[in-house]
Amino acid sequence: MQRIENLMKAKAIELLENGTVNRVLGWTAGDFYYDNTPAIFNSKEEIEKSFVYNSFCGANLSKYLVKERKNEGKILVFLKPCDTYSFNQLVKEHRVNKDNIYIVGIECQGHLSIEAIKAKGIDGVVGLEENGEEVTVKSIYGDKTVVRGEVMLEKCLSCKSKKHVAYDELIIVNEMPEADSMKRFSKVAELEAMTADERFAFWKSELSKCIRCNACRNVCPACTCTKCVFDNPESGVDAKANADKFEEKLFHIIRSFHVTGRCTDCGECSRVCPQNIPLHLINRKYIKDINEFYGEYQAGADTESKAPLTAFTTSDIEPGSNLKEGK
Amino acid sequence: MQEINKEYQPLIVAFCCNWCSYAGADLAGSSRLSYPANVKIIRVPCSCRVNPMFILKAFQRGADGVIMCGCHPGDCHYTTGNYYARRRMTLLFDMLDYLGIEKERTRVEWVSAAEGVKFSNVMNEFAAKICELGENKRLEDLRCKE
Ligand code: SF4
Ligand code: SF4
Ligand code: FES
Repeated sequence: MQRIENLMKAKAIELLENGTVNRVLGWTAGDFYYDNTPAIFNSKEEIEKSFVYNSFCGANLSKYLVKERKNEGKILVFLKPCDTYSFNQLVKEHRVNKDNIYIVGIECQGHLSIEAIKAKGIDGVVGLEENGEEVTVKSIYGDKTVVRGEVMLEKCLSCKSKKHVAYDELIIVNEMPEADSMKRFSKVAELEAMTADERFAFWKSELSKCIRCNACRNVCPACTCTKCVFDNPESGVDAKANADKFEEKLFHIIRSFHVTGRCTDCGECSRVCPQNIPLHLINRKYIKDINEFYGEYQAGADTESKAPLTAFTTSDIEPGSNLKEGK
Repeated sequence: MQEINKEYQPLIVAFCCNWCSYAGADLAGSSRLSYPANVKIIRVPCSCRVNPMFILKAFQRGADGVIMCGCHPGDCHYTTGNYYARRRMTLLFDMLDYLGIEKERTRVEWVSAAEGVKFSNVMNEFAAKICELGENKRLEDLRCKE
């Protein structure tokens, strides 16, 4: 990892100095070792001082480009394989200007979840040492070695692709593990097999945890409207219900439907949810349905193909015809 | 088996396309065919006008069942509107079902301006189904109830 970070820093400095770009979008250290945050760097000094890349850089930088579009000059952005899908989707929707962006695709071995690490009884994390399948977590209480697969973010465990679909150049040192994109749907299929009552109970217990912080909406690279229905008091869904019922489901149906056919399954929504609600299970249901009803479709795989909801065939299935009646 | 409450009057919202189903409803009326009075029709210029949000909003405001009626596929007055609507509703209904909301509460029917009988049959059938299911508890929203 250290090696990749160094290569990235060198690349950023090179492109800044030769004038290809005038700023860099990357990650900087947060208050703790594990909460790296997206940041803009304007100079060599800033890069040297605070640029970081380690296995706690799960954040997808694509969305930050939307705001950067308004600024002059070309920007360098570092994108992991899955982030490039979000990037393509933004290009497709004319939310970013490709000509003003220089993409360096970077290697990704899967990023880590601090929650999963804490669940292993490790606190006070101050560093990582990575060795293939093994990760040694350094903490103020000593070191502990864990299996990488057990402490990865959900989105990385069910990675859809290790292929960069948009880039100007790549920084890849070690081979990346193969991704199995079909694995993503197993939990959705499990839910589908339940009865309606069971599903309702499952979602009620999950979604009523929602505190309506709107983090899932804010982080989503597919959610880029400047005026959002959830900010409109007229909508009736603008804030948390003042009742301990289950009103938040409406927010979730609306949010997820809005990104149907556009959600690349980047997993950012689930990653940022402070309540650990498995939002990916909602998005993936739509993706699975689209694949089954209208043919395989991966949002962001390219910048030209028609989105499933802006296309049709005369023989599409009828609404509800595939569903079972009863509870 | 849930007991059918004779007193219970469900609220049903029907989004009807101006060019077909709405005219179908008219025909049902002028042919003296009856359909339940608790079916509230909302006229839309084309089934494609029905934003999934409308359906949710209807439920949120207390509807017990929502039905969308449009021209038969291929007959949309704007050529393809109902094809798009069909995809949207398929995905939305699937999601509602996935969240455990009774599948029978949502429905799409294609009813032409000449199908007054179909219109009345569909509405009677749908209303009976909703009566059987009872109040919509799973999608209610206290924020919007008076
Ligand atoms: S809905 Fe979630 S997984 Fe889909 S694009 Fe948005 S943040 Fe990514
Ligand atoms: S991030 Fe989680 S808690 Fe916050 S609004 Fe989204 S689902 Fe609710
Ligand atoms: S005009 Fe009737 S569905 Fe489009």
